[in-house]
Amino acid sequence: MNSNARISTLTIISAFMLTIIPLPAWAQALRPDWVTLVLIYWAMAIPASIGVTIAWSLGLLLDVAHGALLGQHALGLVLVTYIVHSQHQRMRISSLLQQAIVVFFLLIIKQLMVLWVSGIIGQAPDIGLYFVPSLVGALLWPWIYIILRDLRRRFGYRAM
Amino acid sequence: MLILIIASVVLMTADHRWHQLEFMRSALSNLLYPLQYTIDLPIRFYYWSDEALSSREALSDENRKLKELHLQSRVQLQKLDIIEKENARLRELLSATPKISEQTLVAEIMSVDVDPYRQLLMLNKSSRDGVYDGQPVIDAHGIMGQIVHVNATSSTMMLITDASHALPIQVNRTGLRAVAFGTGKTDTLDLRHIPHNADIREGDLLISSGLGGRFPPNYPVATITRVERPLGEPFARVSAEPLALLDRSREVLLVWHNAPGTDGTAGDETTKPAETATQTDEQ
Repeated sequence: MNSNARISTLTIISAFMLTIIPLPAWAQALRPDWVTLVLIYWAMAIPASIGVTIAWSLGLLLDVAHGALLGQHALGLVLVTYIVHSQHQRMRISSLLQQAIVVFFLLIIKQLMVLWVSGIIGQAPDIGLYFVPSLVGALLWPWIYIILRDLRRRFGYRAM
Repeated sequence: MLILIIASVVLMTADHRWHQLEFMRSALSNLLYPLQYTIDLPIRFYYWSDEALSSREALSDENRKLKELHLQSRVQLQKLDIIEKENARLRELLSATPKISEQTLVAEIMSVDVDPYRQLLMLNKSSRDGVYDGQPVIDAHGIMGQIVHVNATSSTMMLITDASHALPIQVNRTGLRAVAFGTGKTDTLDLRHIPHNADIREGDLLISSGLGGRFPPNYPVATITRVERPLGEPFARVSAEPLALLDRSREVLLVWHNAPGTDGTAGDETTKPAETATQTDEQ
């Protein structure tokens, strides 16, 4: 296990903890999708080692954590990771603002997949605040990017 | 990538249609359990320290109050006891089905968020304690919900207010039967398909009817908060407020109700685990 794998595993574990940590009721609907955000970063930074299979397994874990159908989040994460892989070189050189916009649409795509499946099985949630977490996630993206990049530079080796 | 997408779709279909993936969910949840336990730990510590560090007076004060309450409950129970015996005797005379006996086990809710759009909670009791899929969960005030996933270390319960939950109920005053649907909000249940001329009023107590076999009968569920009879619509609009403290309880009761005779009518998966549960029950 090299240092990159170690630091990415640690950050993904922290993302899972942030996902299940109890928040007050008003903040629950605003909680960004931490696992997807961290996964987007790692898929962009080290696409060779964070593949769609890893994304899929993480998605299954997320399904269990959310009590959703097995495969619901997995499908979304596989799609997102695939898009990031095909665009990672373009994303790396764009500015933080442009990245945040792309991340916003990636988060929307993932949420749409989850919503779509919930709709098919007849558990469609109230749509009112449903996409707010994507917005919060996109707003947080610059900080997530900088924190994860510094972590990778300090503890991982530069694979680029 | 295509393979994985197909795999996800297959998994979702299998999970939704045939409920065959509990073993997989259980295995994956074992991976997540350490995280959930870590998150729950500070809160558990808070409750523990609250107990350990409270002063002697406060504790003795609480003790005294609880003793008084206990005495009062004992007095009420005595009456109930007599009534219950009388009821059993009368039933014997009528050779009706014997009364259902129930066993309970206290479980704690883990302070872990599941999904803001579903009303799910994690409990710290698992298949080792004999918890089974579809088991009813109550608190001191009424029915809370039922178990939906049992894992090796924890279990997930669904509150009666989840948007996909339905609970067969009965109006205590008139015996009118209905089904209470969850709305996704912790303080509202919907009663659908109630005709306009049904005898139902605000403040009526709803109890579980036990139809469907999943929930034990005669437990309080909710009180009616609003009855509207809009002209031009075929049914009345009735909403109710659950009696159980759905968003405040920390301890809940798991119920094993081994009803002789009604078990066969339970429908899908509730029948089998009920028998195994009685053997492993701690009480």
